[in-house]
Amino acid sequence: MKNDHRPINVNPSDLMAFAWPLAALASITHRIAGVILFVGIAFGLYALDLSLSSAAGFDVLKGLMNSPFGMFVTWGLLSALAYHFVAGIKHLLLDMEMADTIEGSKFAARVTFLVSAVLIFLAGIWVIQG
Amino acid sequence: MVTQVTSFSRNGLSDFIVQRATAYILAAYTVFLVGYLLIQGEMVYADWQMLFSHTWMQIFTMLALVSTCAHAWIGMWTIGTDYIREHYFGQSANGYRLIYQVICILTLASYLFWGVKILWGN
Repeated sequence: MKNDHRPINVNPSDLMAFAWPLAALASITHRIAGVILFVGIAFGLYALDLSLSSAAGFDVLKGLMNSPFGMFVTWGLLSALAYHFVAGIKHLLLDMEMADTIEGSKFAARVTFLVSAVLIFLAGIWVIQG
Repeated sequence: MVTQVTSFSRNGLSDFIVQRATAYILAAYTVFLVGYLLIQGEMVYADWQMLFSHTWMQIFTMLALVSTCAHAWIGMWTIGTDYIREHYFGQSANGYRLIYQVICILTLASYLFWGVKILWGN
């Protein structure tokens, strides 16, 4: 018997209708962090270029990274990197058939959010202390 | 083998393995660089310049950059095929997705050449 009511596409307006289990939140955040890093690589390469161009360039970069905006960008990109890294490790563990039960995935998502929150907090301290 | 049109390399297994292999390289590079910066404390130009003058560091950096391009391409491609579809964007979706993919490729190719110039062009 053919079921014509199976959902094929999800509209943005439907998104709030979902329960959004923790594992799903962990997954979409991983994706968003990845897109931020795709753009962020440009900032990283700009910083690397400037830092290796000359001693003067190195000091210019230090000045930029010590400005409020520079600190915010650095912290933001480190945060995206930290989350993408931790959620990526979760993915690699899933490949090894770890945490792939419903309870396991809930636990792994909790650990992912907790560990990355700690790393993001530490990254903030690191950036502020220069 | 069945011809697949659902992934960039026409082979989901290849995408899967490339995404994992590059992830390991990028994780290693991230841990190394963050660890180095933390251990070094106050970074000075001479030390920084010295680090990137080593052949092994230049190779490690290029490996990480090539990995970034492959990894980001598979990720961005997946996002593009997930969201830029006719259901959301109408008849022109295929065209929009092509433009999106070209922008992704040009961006990643630019990153790669920029990295080569930074390491060996200055």
